Amino acid sequence: MAIETTLPDRPLFQAANISKSFDGTQALTDVSLTIRCGEVHALMGENGAGKSTLMKILAGLFPADSGDVYLDGRKVVHHSPFQAMQHGIAMIHQELMPILDMTVAENLLLGREPVGRIPGVIDRRVARAEAERMLGLLQLDFPTDRRMRTLSVAQMQMVEIAKALGQNARIVIMDEPTAAISNREIDALFAAIRSMKARGVAVVYITHKMDEVFAIADVVTVLRDGCHVATRPATELNNDTLIELMVGRELRELLPKPCEAGEAIALSVRHLTRAGSFRNISFDLKCGEVLGIAGLMGAGRTEVASAIFGLKLPDSGEIVVHGRPAKIRSAADSMRLGIGMVTEDRKGQGIVPAMSVAHNVTLAALDAYCTGPFIRRKRERAAVDENLRTFAIRTSSRGQPVGELSGGNQQKVVIAKTLLTNPTIILLDEPTRGVDIGAKAEIYTIVARLAQQGRSVILISSELPEIMALCDRVLVMRQGTIAAELAVAKTTQEEILRYAMPV
Amino acid sequence: MPCPSDRAVSLSRLRAWIKQFGILAAIVIIAATLGCAKPTFLTTTNLVNVARQISINGILGVGVTLVLLTGGVDLSLGSVVALTGVIAACFAHPGVYPLCVPLILGIAAGMACGATNGLVITGGVPPFIATLGTMTVARGLAQVISDGRPVSNMSPAMIRLAGDVGGIPVPVIILAAVALAAWTMLTNTRLGRHIYAVGGNENAARASGIDVRRVKMFAYTICGALTGLAGIVLAARINTGQPNAGLAYELDAIAAVVIGGTSLSGGAGGIGGTILGALLMGVINNGLDLLNVSSYYQQIVKGIIIVGAVWLDRRSSRKEG
Repeated sequence: MAIETTLPDRPLFQAANISKSFDGTQALTDVSLTIRCGEVHALMGENGAGKSTLMKILAGLFPADSGDVYLDGRKVVHHSPFQAMQHGIAMIHQELMPILDMTVAENLLLGREPVGRIPGVIDRRVARAEAERMLGLLQLDFPTDRRMRTLSVAQMQMVEIAKALGQNARIVIMDEPTAAISNREIDALFAAIRSMKARGVAVVYITHKMDEVFAIADVVTVLRDGCHVATRPATELNNDTLIELMVGRELRELLPKPCEAGEAIALSVRHLTRAGSFRNISFDLKCGEVLGIAGLMGAGRTEVASAIFGLKLPDSGEIVVHGRPAKIRSAADSMRLGIGMVTEDRKGQGIVPAMSVAHNVTLAALDAYCTGPFIRRKRERAAVDENLRTFAIRTSSRGQPVGELSGGNQQKVVIAKTLLTNPTIILLDEPTRGVDIGAKAEIYTIVARLAQQGRSVILISSELPEIMALCDRVLVMRQGTIAAELAVAKTTQEEILRYAMPV
Repeated sequence: MPCPSDRAVSLSRLRAWIKQFGILAAIVIIAATLGCAKPTFLTTTNLVNVARQISINGILGVGVTLVLLTGGVDLSLGSVVALTGVIAACFAHPGVYPLCVPLILGIAAGMACGATNGLVITGGVPPFIATLGTMTVARGLAQVISDGRPVSNMSPAMIRLAGDVGGIPVPVIILAAVALAAWTMLTNTRLGRHIYAVGGNENAARASGIDVRRVKMFAYTICGALTGLAGIVLAARINTGQPNAGLAYELDAIAAVVIGGTSLSGGAGGIGGTILGALLMGVINNGLDLLNVSSYYQQIVKGIIIVGAVWLDRRSSRKEG
């Protein structure tokens, strides 16, 4: 087999000086990476550090802006996952994409079905033998004619891996493969990884879970803010050194000091629970306070905020707003109580892309510019112009569709829209995601100003430096619960991250 | 201090104008060509005729514009036209009820159909399916009520709804009033703004505190009411309530709206385009009639023009973006 010609320790694959930006946001800067045959290479970093972007470039999902990729010392270019696969690079995505109503065999051979003597007609016998051979590579023994739908997530993952191996993949990239599978299944996955390793196949393993890294990885590369921080043998690292590498510098240069929160309680949440998302969430938010919520993706932070804002209702628990128990069934309800939210999903829930900047800004607060059902255009226009100035929104005109603005300016439009309803409690969910550094600083100033005005802010962020700079207190969420409540002045990013990591 | 972006505003407004002028230019060119080929085309009588011919499609188009703007669709228009026409005709026999009775009942029946659409759709059934159901049910109801036969013997007052006032056809006046009201609603009221927001991004609208269900209910109900009005006008024009009337009217109405630049996925477009779209279709129909093109060929031409107009429109907007 071709695989036998590749020996361990020889560089199989090199990425040199890869850079990539999206809409003016730098996602990767000058990142280099070397992967050797038969090595399990863990890729770590906080959310947004650039891990997935780098892997997607290597797998041909989108091109890099600059930088080169070498395979066996030869420069290669691939423009699609298909071409990457021909070079022996396969990616097992976090969200698996099998065709559920097809059989295991049909999925394994998708796109390269063996054709028999009659042109265009699949030779089922050959197909079945080939599918069985592929499953055999991982010692899997379920029948190839089972429908994908009937498999567990872990089994589907195995099928995907078998598919990659069956096509002679030499590098298999796995994006958080254990996110959706049980402990017992993790053992099977690790066995599969070890068997790949034995064949000389390199595995790139993206994960947040420390214990997995130390259990399976040979080498660890850490990315931060789109830059390469370190590549070390796993044996030279421990929990603490790894977290330190991931967190890195502080964000001090950007920001005003947090001001003193008042004593009055603006929002009080008790035993808030929604099955499958979060449970027993209780906390208080004081007037003039910026309360951070830290945690990994999927920890339930967005879901809690959505429940408070009325976008997705909780199963049980109570919400008390300014001392009064609140019944919140919709965003309209919570807005009436003085709650505003900037959602994490700007394109999905924030902007109306085809609408003008002006109409987006006033969308939530239109009542204030109406007499009866009619909009007072002049008053609306004056308010819009004032907001464009206050928030320094860069647009060619107030009539420009919001969809044409940069990510940072879109975000400022959404923030302006939310604040125009004059909320006393503001929920900001990843307000600086996908936003350039200049707009970030502006958004930080806005947050600080809100607190100075005595309003209360909940800041959900995956960027710990941001939370350290802006918040008084931070709640750390882990797997749907509050794992810790920490005073920012008395904690460190390392401690926060330790609570956030799944146990 | 003048806003620094005023010039840019007028520029983007100009671009929007040009986009609408695209259809207007097409109408003018086609009209001029027809005028040369058939001088009778440009006579006042004929032009008034064109206006009369487009009035029903125009009224339906205005209604379905509201629905398309929310990102929905309404396939029940044609059947509801028949149903409301039959209902109005039943109450329009001479000397029984005053004119307001068939008027109110026809419009109310249309509203009921529209509200049913709205309820079913906000209940989670896709608009295509929901209105397909209403289309079939309404046609059946029209047959049941009329016993499958045209309802004739209509009062002169009712028939006058299809006549002229001071040389202008009443249906044209109705269309003008309806279009003006809908235009004002869309451009100057909160509800209009909300319709665009719901069609442009339903989730963002909801997160902005907009009652999405209410906005959709409104759009479908008003569309139903206008369909009722169109049904009454059609009944008046043909002097009977026909249970088989209005076949495929929904497709003509949707075609006019889309030719007018309203997006099928919602959130962009408006009444001005719809009226121009209806006008373009009317001019072409009338011209082909005058040129003695058989109705078989007319259908072929119409189909090509619908697709061609939308293709050109999408191509030019892609260049802009």
